[in-house]
Amino acid sequence: MLLAAILVLGVGTYTMRLGGVLLRERLTLSPGLQRLLPMAAAALLAALAGTATLMAGSGFAGVARPAGVAVGALLAWRRAPFVVVVVAAAAVAALLRLAGVD
Amino acid sequence: MRTIQRTQTFDRAQVRDAVAIAAAMVAVGASFGAIAIAYGLPTWVPFAMSTIVFAGGAQFLAIGLLAAGNPIAAVFAGLLLNARHIPFGLAIGSTMGTGWRRVVGTHVMTDEVVAFTLAEDDPARRRRTYWLMGITLFTSWNVGTLLGVLLGSAVGDYEALGLDAAFPAALIALILPSLRDRATRIVALTGTAVAVVATPFLPAGLPVLCALLGLLTLIRFGRRREA
Repeated sequence: MLLAAILVLGVGTYTMRLGGVLLRERLTLSPGLQRLLPMAAAALLAALAGTATLMAGSGFAGVARPAGVAVGALLAWRRAPFVVVVVAAAAVAALLRLAGVD
Repeated sequence: MRTIQRTQTFDRAQVRDAVAIAAAMVAVGASFGAIAIAYGLPTWVPFAMSTIVFAGGAQFLAIGLLAAGNPIAAVFAGLLLNARHIPFGLAIGSTMGTGWRRVVGTHVMTDEVVAFTLAEDDPARRRRTYWLMGITLFTSWNVGTLLGVLLGSAVGDYEALGLDAAFPAALIALILPSLRDRATRIVALTGTAVAVVATPFLPAGLPVLCALLGLLTLIRFGRRREA
């Protein structure tokens, strides 16, 4: 049962991954719709980042994580290298927790 | 500071970015492996999930439900969380190539790979980025899973390392250039607000899909442009 569940989840996930890609090939999209697709992806990625930053389960994520992400986002906006953004975000969240702020 | 835009250092910058995100993936993958073992699941379970499913969020969600003896809920919750891969696939198309490249390449599609790919404009660079990030993340996620299974609780909590802040920050850094476009920015910010507000009320996965409602702001835009 365990293996069956993992296989169904794996095959289902793969089907969705491949499905979108194949659908794009089969459809002839107007230029307007083609412009919409990267926007849709940006909205999904922004929402992933937003919910992962602010929410933990169905409640708020506390202080440390949003503060870390905010510092990372500020650095990214100031065009800091990607590595600096990632390390700074983690470091701020980790240090705040070390100081007892979560 | 702006090496990413410079052609001659492009590959070195890309590799450096890949190493940064891979290091974080190893640590989170180790947490996943350790949690699976702590739940008392067989050793093969985390490996099967990290290779066959290969989707971090869905794996964390499903492993808890599997351990609780609820495999059907695990499948449904995992699939709902992964449904965003359909619009992702629509957005990137056959960036990874066609034929066997597409059959193999689509398996390593993740949020981070899509974000890295869409951050590139040139088709050849896009393809290279997709494969570099896809292979790097698949490898590091599975190495992490192995470490977690071997070391168990000794890997510690990735939140203590602040890695729960690292991944959203990485996504923000990657989508920031596309947000310079005003319409995209309004769509993305509206969508994010909808997703955050919906999170307490909807099962995991649906709030992020609700972000697509942000596209409705374009209707207003279109009218204003015509006026």
